[in-house]
Amino acid sequence: MRFASLELRSREAAEDAVQEALLAALAAEKSFAGRSNLRTWLTGILKHKIVDAIRRSTRERPPETELSTDDLDALFDASGHWRDPPQPWPDQAYEQKAFIEALEMCLAMLPARTGQVFLMREHLGFETDDICKELAITPTHCWVLLYRARMALRQCLEKSGFTKP
Amino acid sequence: MIDCREASRLISQNADQPLPLGRRLQLRLHLLVCDACTNFRRQVRQLRKGVRAIFR
Repeated sequence: MRFASLELRSREAAEDAVQEALLAALAAEKSFAGRSNLRTWLTGILKHKIVDAIRRSTRERPPETELSTDDLDALFDASGHWRDPPQPWPDQAYEQKAFIEALEMCLAMLPARTGQVFLMREHLGFETDDICKELAITPTHCWVLLYRARMALRQCLEKSGFTKP
Repeated sequence: MIDCREASRLISQNADQPLPLGRRLQLRLHLLVCDACTNFRRQVRQLRKGVRAIFR
Protein backbone atom coordinates (compact mmCIF):
# COMPACT_ATOMS: atom_id res chain seq x y z
CA MET A 1 0.00 0.00 0.00
CA ARG A 2 2.83 2.32 0.93
CA PHE A 3 4.60 1.56 -2.29
CA ALA A 4 1.42 1.89 -4.36
CA SER A 5 0.74 5.36 -2.92
CA LEU A 6 4.28 6.58 -3.58
CA GLU A 7 4.23 5.30 -7.13
CA LEU A 8 0.71 6.31 -8.12
CA ARG A 9 0.54 9.57 -6.18
CA SER A 10 -3.04 9.11 -5.19
CA ARG A 11 -4.42 7.24 -2.23
CA GLU A 12 -7.53 6.34 -4.18
CA ALA A 13 -5.60 4.91 -7.14
CA ALA A 14 -3.32 3.06 -4.73
CA GLU A 15 -6.27 1.47 -2.90
CA ASP A 16 -7.73 0.38 -6.23
CA ALA A 17 -4.44 -1.19 -7.31
CA VAL A 18 -4.02 -3.05 -4.01
CA GLN A 19 -7.59 -4.29 -4.17
CA GLU A 20 -7.20 -5.46 -7.76
CA ALA A 21 -3.99 -7.24 -6.81
CA LEU A 22 -5.67 -9.03 -3.92
CA LEU A 23 -8.60 -10.09 -6.11
CA ALA A 24 -6.21 -11.35 -8.77
CA ALA A 25 -4.29 -13.19 -6.06
CA LEU A 26 -7.45 -14.88 -4.77
CA ALA A 27 -8.43 -15.90 -8.28
CA ALA A 28 -4.98 -17.34 -8.91
CA GLU A 29 -4.58 -18.91 -5.49
CA LYS A 30 -4.03 -22.37 -6.96
CA SER A 31 -1.16 -21.22 -9.13
CA PHE A 32 0.68 -19.98 -6.07
CA ALA A 33 0.95 -23.47 -4.55
CA GLY A 34 3.80 -22.55 -2.25
CA ARG A 35 6.17 -21.95 -5.12
CA SER A 36 7.54 -18.75 -3.70
CA ASN A 37 7.35 -16.67 -0.61
CA LEU A 38 3.78 -15.32 -0.24
CA ARG A 39 4.93 -11.75 0.21
CA THR A 40 7.10 -11.85 -2.91
CA TRP A 41 4.25 -13.34 -4.89
CA LEU A 42 1.73 -10.70 -3.77
CA THR A 43 4.21 -7.88 -4.36
CA GLY A 44 4.79 -9.21 -7.88
CA ILE A 45 1.08 -9.10 -8.64
CA LEU A 46 0.81 -5.61 -7.18
CA LYS A 47 3.66 -4.38 -9.39
CA HIS A 48 1.71 -5.52 -12.45
CA LYS A 49 -1.44 -3.75 -11.27
CA ILE A 50 0.51 -0.55 -10.67
CA VAL A 51 1.95 -0.64 -14.18
CA ASP A 52 -1.61 -1.12 -15.51
CA ALA A 53 -2.77 1.91 -13.53
CA ILE A 54 0.14 4.02 -14.80
CA ARG A 55 -0.74 3.05 -18.38
CA ARG A 56 -4.36 4.03 -17.85
CA SER A 57 -3.50 7.41 -16.36
CA THR A 58 -1.05 8.07 -19.22
CA ARG A 59 -3.79 7.54 -21.78
CA GLU A 60 -6.05 9.98 -19.96
CA ARG A 61 -3.41 12.68 -19.73
CA PRO A 62 -2.51 15.19 -22.44
CA PRO A 63 1.08 14.92 -23.72
CA GLU A 64 3.58 16.99 -21.78
CA THR A 65 5.74 19.75 -23.10
CA GLU A 66 9.53 19.37 -22.91
CA LEU A 67 11.08 20.21 -19.60
CA SER A 68 13.47 23.04 -19.09
CA THR A 69 16.66 22.32 -17.17
CA ASP A 70 17.08 25.85 -15.84
CA ASP A 71 16.30 24.79 -12.27
CA LEU A 72 19.02 22.15 -12.52
CA ASP A 73 21.62 24.54 -13.89
CA ALA A 74 20.97 26.75 -10.86
CA LEU A 75 22.53 24.05 -8.67
CA PHE A 76 25.90 24.98 -10.19
CA ASP A 77 27.82 28.25 -10.26
CA ALA A 78 28.95 30.05 -13.41
CA SER A 79 32.13 27.96 -13.64
CA GLY A 80 30.12 24.71 -13.42
CA HIS A 81 30.97 23.84 -9.79
CA TRP A 82 28.44 22.53 -7.27
CA ARG A 83 26.95 25.29 -5.14
CA ASP A 84 26.15 22.67 -2.52
CA PRO A 85 28.77 19.92 -3.03
CA PRO A 86 27.63 16.35 -2.30
CA GLN A 87 28.96 15.07 1.02
CA PRO A 88 30.24 11.57 1.73
CA TRP A 89 27.45 9.46 3.23
CA PRO A 90 28.10 6.61 5.67
CA ASP A 91 28.95 3.41 3.77
CA GLN A 92 25.87 1.43 4.71
CA ALA A 93 23.51 4.40 5.10
CA TYR A 94 20.75 2.54 3.30
CA GLU A 95 20.69 -0.07 6.05
CA GLN A 96 19.78 2.47 8.71
CA LYS A 97 16.15 2.94 9.64
CA ALA A 98 16.46 6.72 9.96
CA PHE A 99 17.95 7.01 6.49
CA ILE A 100 15.23 4.88 4.92
CA GLU A 101 12.51 6.90 6.65
CA ALA A 102 14.06 10.14 5.50
CA LEU A 103 14.31 8.79 1.95
CA GLU A 104 10.65 7.88 2.01
CA MET A 105 9.74 11.38 3.16
CA CYS A 106 11.94 12.94 0.45
CA LEU A 107 10.38 10.71 -2.21
CA ALA A 108 6.93 11.91 -1.21
CA MET A 109 8.09 15.50 -1.68
CA LEU A 110 9.17 15.04 -5.30
CA PRO A 111 6.85 16.37 -8.02
CA ALA A 112 4.42 13.61 -9.00
CA ARG A 113 5.80 12.67 -12.40
CA THR A 114 9.41 12.91 -11.25
CA GLY A 115 8.78 10.55 -8.34
CA GLN A 116 6.85 8.15 -10.53
CA VAL A 117 9.60 7.87 -13.13
CA PHE A 118 12.28 7.50 -10.46
CA LEU A 119 10.40 4.63 -8.76
CA MET A 120 9.64 2.94 -12.07
CA ARG A 121 13.37 2.92 -12.67
CA GLU A 122 14.74 2.17 -9.22
CA HIS A 123 12.02 0.03 -7.71
CA LEU A 124 10.20 -1.62 -10.59
CA GLY A 125 13.52 -1.91 -12.44
CA PHE A 126 12.25 -0.62 -15.79
CA GLU A 127 14.77 0.25 -18.49
CA THR A 128 14.54 3.92 -19.51
CA ASP A 129 13.29 2.96 -23.00
CA ASP A 130 10.35 1.16 -21.45
CA ILE A 131 9.57 4.08 -19.13
CA CYS A 132 9.44 6.41 -22.16
CA LYS A 133 7.11 4.03 -23.93
CA GLU A 134 4.79 3.48 -20.97
CA LEU A 135 4.52 7.17 -20.18
CA ALA A 136 4.67 8.40 -23.76
CA ILE A 137 7.57 10.78 -23.07
CA THR A 138 10.80 11.36 -25.00
CA PRO A 139 14.11 9.80 -23.87
CA THR A 140 15.45 13.29 -23.07
CA HIS A 141 12.45 14.05 -20.92
CA CYS A 142 12.95 10.75 -19.16
CA TRP A 143 16.60 11.28 -18.26
CA VAL A 144 15.95 14.85 -17.16
CA LEU A 145 13.31 13.55 -14.75
CA LEU A 146 15.64 10.85 -13.39
CA TYR A 147 18.48 13.36 -13.03
CA ARG A 148 16.17 15.83 -11.33
CA ALA A 149 14.93 13.16 -8.92
CA ARG A 150 18.46 12.15 -7.92
CA MET A 151 19.59 15.75 -7.47
CA ALA A 152 16.54 16.60 -5.38
CA LEU A 153 16.76 13.46 -3.24
CA ARG A 154 20.41 13.92 -2.34
CA GLN A 155 19.83 17.51 -1.30
CA CYS A 156 16.72 16.60 0.65
CA LEU A 157 18.53 13.76 2.45
CA GLU A 158 21.52 15.91 3.31
CA LYS A 159 19.21 18.57 4.72
CA SER A 160 17.41 15.96 6.78
CA GLY A 161 20.71 15.26 8.56
CA PHE A 162 20.39 11.48 8.36
CA THR A 163 23.39 11.15 6.11
CA LYS A 164 25.90 12.35 8.73
CA PRO A 165 28.35 9.62 9.69
CA MET B 1 37.90 18.76 -19.13
CA ILE B 2 34.21 18.59 -18.29
CA ASP B 3 32.81 20.54 -15.32
CA CYS B 4 30.77 19.24 -12.37
CA ARG B 5 27.50 20.25 -13.98
CA GLU B 6 28.18 18.01 -16.94
CA ALA B 7 29.81 15.25 -14.88
CA SER B 8 26.75 15.01 -12.62
CA ARG B 9 24.55 14.50 -15.69
CA LEU B 10 26.80 11.75 -16.98
CA ILE B 11 26.79 10.08 -13.56
CA SER B 12 23.01 10.01 -13.55
CA GLN B 13 22.78 8.78 -17.15
CA ASN B 14 25.37 6.12 -16.45
CA ALA B 15 23.10 4.69 -13.75
CA ASP B 16 20.49 4.01 -16.44
CA GLN B 17 22.48 2.99 -19.50
CA PRO B 18 26.12 2.57 -20.53
CA LEU B 19 27.81 5.77 -21.71
CA PRO B 20 29.61 5.98 -25.05
CA LEU B 21 33.36 5.39 -24.68
CA GLY B 22 34.40 9.03 -25.07
CA ARG B 23 31.94 10.24 -22.44
CA ARG B 24 32.97 7.45 -20.11
CA LEU B 25 36.61 8.51 -20.33
CA GLN B 26 35.74 12.18 -19.78
CA LEU B 27 33.77 11.20 -16.70
CA ARG B 28 36.52 8.96 -15.36
CA LEU B 29 39.09 11.75 -15.70
CA HIS B 30 36.83 14.19 -13.91
CA LEU B 31 36.16 11.75 -11.07
CA LEU B 32 39.92 11.32 -10.51
CA VAL B 33 40.19 14.93 -9.42
CA CYS B 34 36.74 15.69 -8.01
CA ASP B 35 35.58 14.52 -4.57
CA ALA B 36 32.14 16.12 -4.84
CA CYS B 37 31.25 14.22 -8.01
CA THR B 38 32.75 11.02 -6.61
CA ASN B 39 30.44 11.47 -3.62
CA PHE B 40 27.51 12.08 -5.95
CA ARG B 41 28.21 8.90 -7.86
CA ARG B 42 28.19 6.93 -4.61
CA GLN B 43 24.98 8.69 -3.54
CA VAL B 44 23.22 7.63 -6.73
CA ARG B 45 24.02 4.00 -5.86
CA GLN B 46 22.96 4.47 -2.26
CA LEU B 47 19.64 5.97 -3.36
CA ARG B 48 19.05 2.87 -5.47
CA LYS B 49 19.81 0.56 -2.55
CA GLY B 50 17.72 2.76 -0.24
CA VAL B 51 14.67 2.52 -2.51
CA ARG B 52 15.03 -1.26 -2.54
CA ALA B 53 15.33 -1.27 1.26
CA ILE B 54 12.08 0.70 1.67
CA PHE B 55 10.06 -1.93 -0.10
CA ARG B 56 11.86 -4.98 1.21
